[in-house]
Amino acid sequence: MARAVTTRRKALNTAIAWTIGLLIFFPILWTILTSFKTEAVAIANPPVFLNFDWTLENYRVVMERSDYMRFLWNSVIIAGGSTVLGVIIAVPAAWSMAFVPSRRTKDILLWMLSTKMLPAVGVLYPIYLLCIQLGLLDSRIALVVILMLINLPIIVWMLYTYFREIPGEILEAARMDGASLKDEILYVLTPMAVPGIASTLLLNFILAWNEAFWTLNLTSVDAAPLTAFIASYSSPEGLFFAKLSAASTMAIAPILILGWFSQKQLVRGLTFGAVK
Amino acid sequence: MSLKRVLGASTALTLIAGASLAQDTTITIATVNNGDMIRMQGYTDQFTAETGIGVEWVTLEENVLRQRVTTDITTNGGQFDIMTIGMYETPIWGANGWLVPLDGLSEDYDVDDILPAMRDGLSHDGTLYAAPFYGESSMVMYRTDLMEKAGLEMPHAPTWQFIREAAAAMDDPDAGINGICLRGKPGWGEGGAFITVTGNSFGARWFDEDWTPQFDQPEWAEALNFYVNLMNDYGPDGYENNGFNENLSLFQQGLCGMWIDATVAASFVTNPDDSEVADSVGFALAPNSEGVDRKANWLWAWALAIPAGTQQADAAQTFIEWATSTDYIELVAENEGWANVPPGARSSLYENPDYIAVPFAQTTLDSINAADPTNPTVDPVPYVGIQFAAIPEFAGIATEVSQEFAAAYAGQQTVEEALEKAQAITTEAMEAAGY
Repeated sequence: MARAVTTRRKALNTAIAWTIGLLIFFPILWTILTSFKTEAVAIANPPVFLNFDWTLENYRVVMERSDYMRFLWNSVIIAGGSTVLGVIIAVPAAWSMAFVPSRRTKDILLWMLSTKMLPAVGVLYPIYLLCIQLGLLDSRIALVVILMLINLPIIVWMLYTYFREIPGEILEAARMDGASLKDEILYVLTPMAVPGIASTLLLNFILAWNEAFWTLNLTSVDAAPLTAFIASYSSPEGLFFAKLSAASTMAIAPILILGWFSQKQLVRGLTFGAVK
Repeated sequence: MSLKRVLGASTALTLIAGASLAQDTTITIATVNNGDMIRMQGYTDQFTAETGIGVEWVTLEENVLRQRVTTDITTNGGQFDIMTIGMYETPIWGANGWLVPLDGLSEDYDVDDILPAMRDGLSHDGTLYAAPFYGESSMVMYRTDLMEKAGLEMPHAPTWQFIREAAAAMDDPDAGINGICLRGKPGWGEGGAFITVTGNSFGARWFDEDWTPQFDQPEWAEALNFYVNLMNDYGPDGYENNGFNENLSLFQQGLCGMWIDATVAASFVTNPDDSEVADSVGFALAPNSEGVDRKANWLWAWALAIPAGTQQADAAQTFIEWATSTDYIELVAENEGWANVPPGARSSLYENPDYIAVPFAQTTLDSINAADPTNPTVDPVPYVGIQFAAIPEFAGIATEVSQEFAAAYAGQQTVEEALEKAQAITTEAMEAAGY
């Protein structure tokens, strides 16, 4: 009897999980479907789900009008660069907070997080003027640094949480065996925290990939990433939903594929603390 | 190691890109994603072949573009050599010295051919600061088949009272047809623009000559009550969320008897590829309330301007002269037909028999001519602009006011409450700004 209830509950849980999953995924699915419709079918009322003449015309138009590869390359450099740079800075910071905490460690952690509470537009002009002065407007370097700084509090917090799960005695043993601080972090701590670091890398790569305030405001031609590519297909006068959907699909496809292949790693990393 | 590579590669690429830019003159143009603008991008190669000047396009969504170019021009960022701006920004930016005056245009360009209403709206103190690429007003678009079925005939210049009668006659909830579709979406350029011109056509105005807000006057109450009653009776559900694109979609699917909006929509609703009602659309001037000598039509132009911070003003002017010339219009007509040329900018276009044969051309011209940005309301006002007042504070105030109005459209408050709040918001903001 107990077994039957468990099975029924399992089925129910599965059904609820699938429903929530599909609800979350539906806007993306709808965007992908719309990208294969004509503009007229895209706005049809009642909406057409699958029964329409599928066309690649929107993708052809988008590829013809925009240099997709240039936008994609910029996104890869900006998201990848800012994430890697962030982790390089955050690993030692998180190590010191987790293993040699001071009286102010908690306060510093909270203060770091509080920088996320300022609306980005509040510092648009200072940052813009700084970029002009440094000659870094429309440059990938500026965006790598800015997005790294924006995501740094999250990276430090995540790594701090993972590091705290690692017993300090292991590091102590390494020290007793003569490991230097560099060796301790690089060869003892980092390998043990690989799932955590991997999920931090992935999550921040996704956050940087989707960032659409600084990437739109600090770029024009040379450093414009995929967010600028999407923005160029939104129109105030005229219905270009199908083309906009095609552009959006092309912009999210790489990150969607990356997320798909690394979901095991991502989930393991995110639940690392919970299962310990 | 990988970071070094990443940074090294990006620095090298930046340097290479910089070096190649230094070899030729290349101008960067910020623009919006409108059909005419995208079409122009397709002809850029011809411009480069003729002049040797390369062109880089930065196409952005309208609000993003506005924020982007405003940041750049106020900080002298120099990111763009040409900016696509509208009638609202041009006189304000021109007065601030942020734009290069277009007073040295060549004789071949024939600046006098620009429609007077457009030239006035894009000038400050008589100096032209932006050249119109295309211009628009607003007009009534209606279903000729439904009008005939209702036994009515649309006059060339209808009144609001006739529009209401026609909406009642064409409204058919069982068939899903709304008598009329109008903008209600908050935002100064969306529902805010529409309700402002509706106010003009009832004798209302934003400010009196001393900059005192006028929402406590009976003309505003009459205008807003008329609009709300009309839309509640014969408009689509949730009209407070509808802007240009939403109404375009409804009209193209045959779900609106009438739609009053930008003249540029005429080419969309008559295009058989996208519109189910392409063969049965008629056009008329925007309405006015009986006895009021102002119509509910606006005036807008997407225009090309040169920011003062550019290092390539000469090349930028060469492009502007090319893109807004009669030769460009003929180039588009030759390749894509007269219905697809950028409308509303030049007088000579409307003297061309090929163009005037396009069904909506004459009504578009009449609508533009009926709009006077220097004299937009029945009673005198201290500002220039029809659907806006060309002062820097207007966009913020009007967006807030349109949100209050939208709350009244949604039934969350009464018209009287919305007007009271509009008066308070505007009074406070204008006092804070020192008017």
